[in-house]
Amino acid sequence: MNQQDEQVLTIYERSKPGRRAAALPVAEVPEPPLAELIPAELLREEPPRLPEVAEPEILRHYNRLSRRNFDLDSGFYPLGSCTMKHNPRLNERVAALPGHARLHPAQEPARAQGALELMWLLQRSLAEICGLPHVSLQPSAGSHGELAGLLLTRAYHADRGEARTKVLAPDTSHGTNPASVTMAGYEVVKVATDERGGVEIDDLRAKVDEDVACLMLTNPNTLGLFDENIAEIAALIHAAGGTLYYDGANLNAIMGHSRPGDMGFDIVHVNLHKSFSQPHGGGGPGAGPIAVSERIVPYLPRPRVVRREGDNGHGPHYDLDLDRPKSIGRLRGFQGNFGVFVRSYAYILSLGADGLAEASETAVLNANYLKARLAEGRAGDRLPIAFDRHCMHEFVLSGKPMKRELGLATLDLAKRLLDFGFHPPTIYFPLLVEEALMIEPTETETKESLDAFADAVERILAEAEGDPEVAKQAPYTTPVRRLDEVKATRQPVVRQQL
Amino acid sequence: MSRYTSATPADRAEMLAAIGVDSVADLFEQIPEPLRLREPLALEDGLGEAEVYERLSALAARNEDAERQVCFIGAGMYDHYVPAIVDAITQRSEFLTPYTPYQPEISQGGLQVMFEFQTAMSELTGLPVSNAGLYEGPSSVAAAGYVVMGATKRRRFVVSRGLHPHSRETLETYAVGYGAEVVEVGLRDGETDAEALAAAVDDEAAAVFLQSPNFLGAVERVEALAAAATEHGALLVVACDPMTLGVLKPPGEQGADIALGEGQPLGNRLDFGGPSFGFFCATEEQIRRMPGRIAGETDDVDGRRGFVLALQTREQHIRREKATHNICTAQALNALAAMVHLAWLGREGYRELGELLVRRTAYARERLAAVPGVELLHEAPVAREFALRLDAPVDRVLERCAERGIAAGYPLGRDYPEYGDGLLVAITERRTKAEIDDLADALGAAVAAEAVAA
Repeated sequence: MNQQDEQVLTIYERSKPGRRAAALPVAEVPEPPLAELIPAELLREEPPRLPEVAEPEILRHYNRLSRRNFDLDSGFYPLGSCTMKHNPRLNERVAALPGHARLHPAQEPARAQGALELMWLLQRSLAEICGLPHVSLQPSAGSHGELAGLLLTRAYHADRGEARTKVLAPDTSHGTNPASVTMAGYEVVKVATDERGGVEIDDLRAKVDEDVACLMLTNPNTLGLFDENIAEIAALIHAAGGTLYYDGANLNAIMGHSRPGDMGFDIVHVNLHKSFSQPHGGGGPGAGPIAVSERIVPYLPRPRVVRREGDNGHGPHYDLDLDRPKSIGRLRGFQGNFGVFVRSYAYILSLGADGLAEASETAVLNANYLKARLAEGRAGDRLPIAFDRHCMHEFVLSGKPMKRELGLATLDLAKRLLDFGFHPPTIYFPLLVEEALMIEPTETETKESLDAFADAVERILAEAEGDPEVAKQAPYTTPVRRLDEVKATRQPVVRQQL
Repeated sequence: MSRYTSATPADRAEMLAAIGVDSVADLFEQIPEPLRLREPLALEDGLGEAEVYERLSALAARNEDAERQVCFIGAGMYDHYVPAIVDAITQRSEFLTPYTPYQPEISQGGLQVMFEFQTAMSELTGLPVSNAGLYEGPSSVAAAGYVVMGATKRRRFVVSRGLHPHSRETLETYAVGYGAEVVEVGLRDGETDAEALAAAVDDEAAAVFLQSPNFLGAVERVEALAAAATEHGALLVVACDPMTLGVLKPPGEQGADIALGEGQPLGNRLDFGGPSFGFFCATEEQIRRMPGRIAGETDDVDGRRGFVLALQTREQHIRREKATHNICTAQALNALAAMVHLAWLGREGYRELGELLVRRTAYARERLAAVPGVELLHEAPVAREFALRLDAPVDRVLERCAERGIAAGYPLGRDYPEYGDGLLVAITERRTKAEIDDLADALGAAVAAEAVAA
């Protein structure tokens, strides 16, 4: 076996009967045959074919796999709308304290006061940041928050005897928005984008009627632009009796500078794994708390964390409130992704009011600086900005001239960036920009990183002027090269045959 | 003062000059003036790292966790031992800090973990297809509702009362959105009432939802109950506990079309309820309706083996409103923890752990049922959790046990008014014989004291 093949063995292929890692406690109790305890027909005949590997080789295996991942601590990761900012290790340390990590979720509230107080404090902090009075921490991720928001909207209208059928969303919206709309039983109606990158007001006006339950908006939007007409948009939706939903994926642009509640939003989700530094984990865990206006409060998911003022000289205590007759009900088990709450609360304490505002300032500064760098030289010609104005925390370029003039697709540029040690931007999104590159540097990157990225883009374009094939065949230096994704969908192999 | 940023005053000056503005404030002018905050947020200013640690540590100290109390609470999440190797691997930057693997060439580690995890979960449940994980157990049940509705074009779910109360409630929450009706079937002697189930299923039913072991700990006779579903062309969804599948017959061999559940017992800590993960396995027929990420094996242009996100045409970032689910960020790191735990246990260790749970549970059940004033709530077979009925108010008994440093279990009355004096007791490999004996003593003393008090 050559070294290359050795690298890609699975844990099952490293297995050999008789090897093991686990040392389990001795039973200490009588050990009758299992069939004396559980009827034989309910028992499994053969144990599942799990790998048989000793501990040292398990560690080597997963360490070897880890080296086949690019990660935020290895380099610049300007993935638009994903807010790949630094993940402070302090947060990992406090989340691992036994008082958090080994606390059973069904522990009596009286014996989990620290955890409930932490949740309450985080709720208050997020409420302040969003400019809305109440927060539920329950949703597990942004899209779960969206579903919550749509179910809240449904409950709100049902309570008024209304049954609305449509939800509006701009054509620039995140894919989760329309997917959540369908799951919540509504029909999506797309709203056009105007020449400044905002919602096309006339199109919106034409589509708002008494069937519209909600408008879902990201602001700044996925073009990285703040919609200057937000007050008018909010007035239109509210006049028609709809709710206004804020997709908080881009909250990192405005913390301490502007608040969705003040803009007129009724429901806001916050991605704790974006703006509030929860590590992304290669695809989770995250959390998607929602902040809401007063009129939505009665319908919030159960249970709610509440603070009850003490009497007879006792201090306040914290509780889980299940008695909420108008609630949409639970969205998941227990209280939410508490470990994520601990990390995000630690982050908010670390930064504070001043630090959060500065984080957003620097995120916006970094984005505009990188945008300026990429407006120079070859990038300026081949990768023009989609909407030419100052951006907030991210911006979108179009690779259309690059494709036309050099034959290089945005995908090729992205793949070539891998050879330069960068994670590429988000590509082919938003959909209305042809050959889109969506770039979000975040506040935790240095000017040197931004310069190096801009230089790499310039070099790739110069190289392509000479020989576009170099980029079209890229990458070369990665653990594998371009993969056959079509095959993986047409003839899916989704588990190993053992 | 913000940590984690690097821009010096000189950097800022250079950057602003390149942008062509005088100050960062100029960049925020795109926010209409009335919407710009004039005052700082009403939050404290930032604290030093040591101060933050002390704050969080002080909050943690006010929780009675399983390090301070002997924990017999289960009800869906369990105090298992998480091997040290799990932390060593999940805390590596390369697993902790990447995004979802949208660029497979530089995400082979994470994608291969997903593939290995899918293989393991498929083995555990006896079904051929697994996804790479969902949020947690109850929302996975709700996701299954959406799948079976799409598969059968029917809108009624028949749900056993033995399904975790959070799962039933979450399913109802979601069903209001996607427009389905939930019908509940009761329990008899701890198990799903087979006659009531047969009566509740008709040609309008999309699926039957069972849990085994059910919420009361009873191992359900899934195969016998499955007939009610198959007779009417309804699918069978079975929620299961991954720590019991080393010994219990897997749902895939009992007629389940979908097997899912709460993944926390595998490699994930209690964390007051999350983050953990949900697993979701199904028959081949359902693969294109599956929610969540799925990794698949393929080749690169040089013919080398590699892994990618397969079947992305189901997903929201491609299909938008036509996606099979809205999920994006899920619980990849938690699924890795599970995979490492399963590899550490290995084939034999996994079976042995299941046997250990069954035997210690049998011991504990017998021991506690012999305590005066304590009896079994049901006599159905159990694997790792069982239900008792107390001759005393359960909350008072729990309080007395807590004073002795024991979290005696979960009060069933929270979710089942009909079992108001019921107590659900869970066993893990961490609960020693001595601790079980202590629990028997504590329960006996508490029940007796309450009898005197009454």
